[in-house]
Amino acid sequence: MILDPNALLAGTVRGDHKVVASLIPQNARVLDVGSADGALLDLLVRERQVDGRGIELSKEGVNNCVARGLSAIQGDADTDLTDYPDQAFDVAILSQTLQATREPKKVMSELLRIGKQVVVSIPNFAHWRNRVQLLLRGRMPVTKYLPYEWYDTPNIHFCSLRDFVDLCKELDADVEKAVALSAQGNKIPINAPWWVWNIVAEQAVFLLKRD
Amino acid sequence: MFGADQPLELDSGVELAPWQIAYETYGTLNADKTNAVVVCHALTGDQYAASTNPVTGKQGWWSLMVGPGKPIDTNHYFVICANVLGGCLGTTGPATLDPATGSPYGLNLPVVTIRDMVRAQARLVEHLGIQTLFSVIGGSMGGMQVLQWAASYPEKVFSAVPIAAAARHTSQNIAFHEVGRQAIMADPDWRGGNYISEGVRPTKGLAVARMAAHVTYMSDESLHQKFGRNLQDRENLTFGFDADFQIESYLRHQGMTFVDRFDANSYLYVTRAMDYFDLAHEFGGSLPAAFKETKTRFCVMSFTSDWLFPTSESRRIVQALNAAAANVSFVEIDSDRGHDAFLLDVPEMFETIRGFITGAANARGIPAPGEGATS
Repeated sequence: MILDPNALLAGTVRGDHKVVASLIPQNARVLDVGSADGALLDLLVRERQVDGRGIELSKEGVNNCVARGLSAIQGDADTDLTDYPDQAFDVAILSQTLQATREPKKVMSELLRIGKQVVVSIPNFAHWRNRVQLLLRGRMPVTKYLPYEWYDTPNIHFCSLRDFVDLCKELDADVEKAVALSAQGNKIPINAPWWVWNIVAEQAVFLLKRD
Repeated sequence: MFGADQPLELDSGVELAPWQIAYETYGTLNADKTNAVVVCHALTGDQYAASTNPVTGKQGWWSLMVGPGKPIDTNHYFVICANVLGGCLGTTGPATLDPATGSPYGLNLPVVTIRDMVRAQARLVEHLGIQTLFSVIGGSMGGMQVLQWAASYPEKVFSAVPIAAAARHTSQNIAFHEVGRQAIMADPDWRGGNYISEGVRPTKGLAVARMAAHVTYMSDESLHQKFGRNLQDRENLTFGFDADFQIESYLRHQGMTFVDRFDANSYLYVTRAMDYFDLAHEFGGSLPAAFKETKTRFCVMSFTSDWLFPTSESRRIVQALNAAAANVSFVEIDSDRGHDAFLLDVPEMFETIRGFITGAANARGIPAPGEGATS
């Protein structure tokens, strides 16, 4: 987890976590890539009784996960997903982490290999606030939701929702479900074409499956 | 004690009989027999994990980890710790009398392996009427036994915690052991291994072996912090070969106290068992194959400053477990204490183990500490 958690905190369970949890079947075998302190995994174990594993880059995050009884390993999404066999998990989750990977396409491809289904949540860089900052102020966007300056951000590979959907096509992945969210993780309750979501959604959750 | 009719089959092809295994237990076995934990000791450890060692009079080597209210909580779990095969505190080893000759085995004891040690423990567990172990936990050579347990008896091991361990002994590890063994065998009092019958003891050789090994258990940083270049009970260098430096005095002390509690031939046998350990070899060279379809929950742990069993070796285990799609946690713990960190007061390690065990207890359906249940 790379975003500022405080900017997203909505009650005790984050909105995007709720949406992710709603996409996970009961008792599924789940890998959460970028499991941070284990908040999402914990939710999935409690509410979906999943057999869950986490991978997290920060040592502190991993120790937190294990100390709260979750299975987690210290590892890097960019390099360590290759260790897992094909279809090892019912669902592989990448929650707010894709933009921090060095090779997002490779990571996505690995996730689609090891998970029968893949759930990805990403921030939408094409949100109107970002567009306005770039267009009118001529500056890299800094918002409450994406609070970093360009020089200290861990988020090195931003994309828009449309970009992401294009990548899915290129990887032969079907978008089975997509949920647009506000920064607080509330669902945006409108049925709209992609170009609208690409402007109003600050983040989105995708359920993918390889053809 | 296993009689002549209950031989232990060894990797060397020899059947050892009779043989005996000395062990300690802590806590109470529950009615379902689901709360048993085997703790495996390291090279120079013993079965007195959490009770006073009768030889040294010191408290158990893992009393920070095992006991009432400790991370391996004996109010909830039934802990079994056995002296390893080849050891010198009650389990059959080179100092045991060979029934065929009436004299100590010495070098006539077949060379034993980590798998032989685990076989012996499995026989003990069976003897105690326990079908499955809630957990098998150990550091260093104890961690090797944990991995062997998980590979040999996957259906008996619900969870496994190999700490500061490796799935093979590296060339460097073997090299250090060889230095130790040569020191013992170069001692004129070793007498080809027959020192007991001849009424002498190769204490000098064993002490040197321990001194060399002890250095490998610590980190450069911890040595520097503890001793630096400080002089021992003197103001100036003596221009001689006395223990001028504190570190020299410390090592000499370590060597001297070690010989009071350890048998030189046991040191040869147990180091050899570690050298021979290469879990993948048993499975056609594939470490993932050792854990194929395992249901065991693993918690692998390493320490940043451990250069004897470095994090890279633990990662190798984790990679293999991932390749087997096993349930694995892996934590590298920040510590400047070197390999010995697993024996010391490292709160982060305790917290991780406590969390892992509690999670495993929930999954196993046995009451975990803090949930109001008593055993």
